[in-house]
Amino acid sequence: MNALKRLFPFHGGLKTVRHKAESNQSPIQPGALPRQLTVPLRQHIGAIAKPLVQPGDRVLKGQMIGQADGYISAAIHAPTSGIVAAVESRHVPHPSGLPDLCVVIDSDGEERWIDREPVDYRHRHPSELRNILRNAGIVGLGGAGFPSAVKLNLSGSDDLETLILNGAECEPWITCDDRLMRERAAGIVAGLRVMAHLLKPRDVLIGIEEDKPEAIAAMSEACAGTDYQVRPIPTRYPSGSVKQLVKLLTGKETPVEGLPVDVGVQCFNVATAYAVHRVVDHGEPLISRVVTVTGQVKQPGNIEALLGTAFADLVEQCGGYREGVERLIMGGPMMGFALHSDEVPVTKAANCILAASAAELTPEQPVMPCIRCSACVEVCPADLLPQQLYWHARAREFDKAQDHHLFSCIECGCCSYVCPSHIPLVQYYRYAKNEIWAQEKEKQKAELARQRHQARVERLEREKQEREAKLRQKAPAKAPLSPSPSPTRGEGSTVVVSDRDG
Amino acid sequence: MRFKTVTSPHVLQDAGVGQVMRRVLYAMLPGIAALTWFFGWGILVNLVLATTVALLAETAMLAARGKPILLHLGDSSAVVTAWLLAVALPPLAPWWLTVVGVLSAIVLAKHLYGGLGYNPFNPAMVGYVVLLISFPREMSTWLVPHGLDQSQAMTFWETLQVMFNSEWPARFAADALTGATPLDVLRTKLGLGLTVTEIRNSPVFGIVSGHGWEWATSGFLVGGLWLIYTRAADWRIPAGMLGGLAVIATVFYVVDPVRYAPPWFHLWSGAAIFGAFFIATDPVTASATPRGRLIYGAGIGILVYIIRGFGGYPDGVAFSVLLMNIAAPTIDLYTQPRVFGARRG
Repeated sequence: MNALKRLFPFHGGLKTVRHKAESNQSPIQPGALPRQLTVPLRQHIGAIAKPLVQPGDRVLKGQMIGQADGYISAAIHAPTSGIVAAVESRHVPHPSGLPDLCVVIDSDGEERWIDREPVDYRHRHPSELRNILRNAGIVGLGGAGFPSAVKLNLSGSDDLETLILNGAECEPWITCDDRLMRERAAGIVAGLRVMAHLLKPRDVLIGIEEDKPEAIAAMSEACAGTDYQVRPIPTRYPSGSVKQLVKLLTGKETPVEGLPVDVGVQCFNVATAYAVHRVVDHGEPLISRVVTVTGQVKQPGNIEALLGTAFADLVEQCGGYREGVERLIMGGPMMGFALHSDEVPVTKAANCILAASAAELTPEQPVMPCIRCSACVEVCPADLLPQQLYWHARAREFDKAQDHHLFSCIECGCCSYVCPSHIPLVQYYRYAKNEIWAQEKEKQKAELARQRHQARVERLEREKQEREAKLRQKAPAKAPLSPSPSPTRGEGSTVVVSDRDG
Repeated sequence: MRFKTVTSPHVLQDAGVGQVMRRVLYAMLPGIAALTWFFGWGILVNLVLATTVALLAETAMLAARGKPILLHLGDSSAVVTAWLLAVALPPLAPWWLTVVGVLSAIVLAKHLYGGLGYNPFNPAMVGYVVLLISFPREMSTWLVPHGLDQSQAMTFWETLQVMFNSEWPARFAADALTGATPLDVLRTKLGLGLTVTEIRNSPVFGIVSGHGWEWATSGFLVGGLWLIYTRAADWRIPAGMLGGLAVIATVFYVVDPVRYAPPWFHLWSGAAIFGAFFIATDPVTASATPRGRLIYGAGIGILVYIIRGFGGYPDGVAFSVLLMNIAAPTIDLYTQPRVFGARRG
């Protein structure tokens, strides 16, 4: 047992600023019911949900309004009762800044629920249970938004070695998981039990950074009497990154281009486990989440917000902005992205809204040349050579960047954080990745075109031979004149036109 | 409300290139103090002259290349180059020697290759080698360390007279003040067939290595260790270099202690310590991978021994560093760390 308690530190990482106390001192508040909710149909990784409602429809709280489309997708539900005002493209919180399809609901203020029925998960078939979770819209709430039902399916392979619950919350400023663990540990453990029931792991570990003693205590108490183990881990960013956490707790390295499940580990966020608990024990689909609202707002704290609530409404509930807010960040300051506007809705991935003024941000400093000091190498948790990647990305030598394992980069931002030349390193890696993806797409397109061209040439050749064969068969019977070539050519060109249309 | 959008991370560490460079300058102070004590005002005159010329040359080159002048002067890299070179020059070097050396370093080795971050060769060492090859006589005229006996030392004014007017003070005979460096002595006398022990009994040697020199070396060691402690320099490079030098020196010493000086003498002589902590650790021209830095350092250490023992110069730090500078990109290529999650082996 003692051997299991060992931690296996990952290379690199940082002690960053913390700023947790601003928002973790007060209990989670229920979000005020907004008059209008904008619910994006894509709040997860995978295919966008298919809308099930039309403008004018009356919906109940918890009613499915978007259906999972395909295996990797998740359902979307009405966060409150009301009338569908529109199904249209609206601004959503996404790094691209592009709008996406949303269901806009005017709330009727009555909060009338659908019929909620708890699920006796012990007596359900695993695939049925997964389907219930899928239809309840459960996705990873740590930020990535990957459909949980997919991760809860080991597709008939062996039982899982280790199930990890991620309560690390290593990003500065964010405290939503901290508060959730302090206040609703029993619910989290109840959800964890369902996950363990589906995955049948040998060990269940709960990783929590040491700077959250209250959360560690609450979770340990809730785990009493089970064989789930709470593991305090050093406060070192990015310990909450999946691959780093798996290494830290189990010593196993997730292979490049692989998933933790490849080494017998599956990992979920604590908030995801809590959402599973709401489905199974209360029959409630995922329609809300805890969001940290912090930084330059008058009363920072955590709000359990209905999905679709505008960020502006949450800021309002926290007393509004203080002076000098320059940047609005969704997520933490290390990996979060800056929003153009606060008129975007809370999604399943929205764990934190950070209103940052100059005091929270590092003043913009002139970028100096790379002096190859390798401070970035020392902190890289993926064991990359960030300065070499930068060199190649900048020179557009994408093949060399890939030789240096560009795609192992998790964009944690440690390298940019320590760079004495203030080079926006992560930005270069994103740029290089995007360029490579674009090139791959081009290549695929070209390959497809080549294949189609090849197929067409072969088909024309085949048709020509068939025709000639037919003619040869007929020729002895008919007049000994050679056939006129024009029809053949005519048919050929028709084919070309139709091919282009296709 | 609308906001600025910038990509993550949104917080950064404050330390900049300038701070890293200035830390190198602070770390040199104990060594410079010891050098000044033993070799007189000339060291400080060299430093001031080199700094002035370096800043002027840096400004001119930045202007010529259309780069922001104040921003780059603020990074202090030109001053670091100037100090590294100045400390390596003889304390009574004629003024033009320093000027030529600094110009070679800043103009030729640094800016003609693209400025800070782009130069493949250590600028200070390029400057040093240009001087060593072009003006061997001036470069080997070192002062005898006068120790605590200030009556035997030149005054500040006399020092300036020698350096800028070539006017030797009448109260000193020239050969009473100048002499060969300990490594020079070792080299010459070994050539005459003397044993290492006989040679080390001569007054030019102190407890471990050269009298006076060993104190300067200790000063640079203290500063160097502080650089490692503050992480302004990577421990792997000095560890590799001193380790490499120690290993090869031990091998020869064990084989024939009569003809080869002991490893501690080599570590404590010439520019070994200074080079290990201050010259070889220049990140721009060194290897950038963790394993590579050990190899890079070891290469320098071994080359230093080979040049000292079998080459044409008494000390070989400058040449060794430049030779390993050439090898750095190749070393980097073959010493990439194993990426997280990649198969071992």
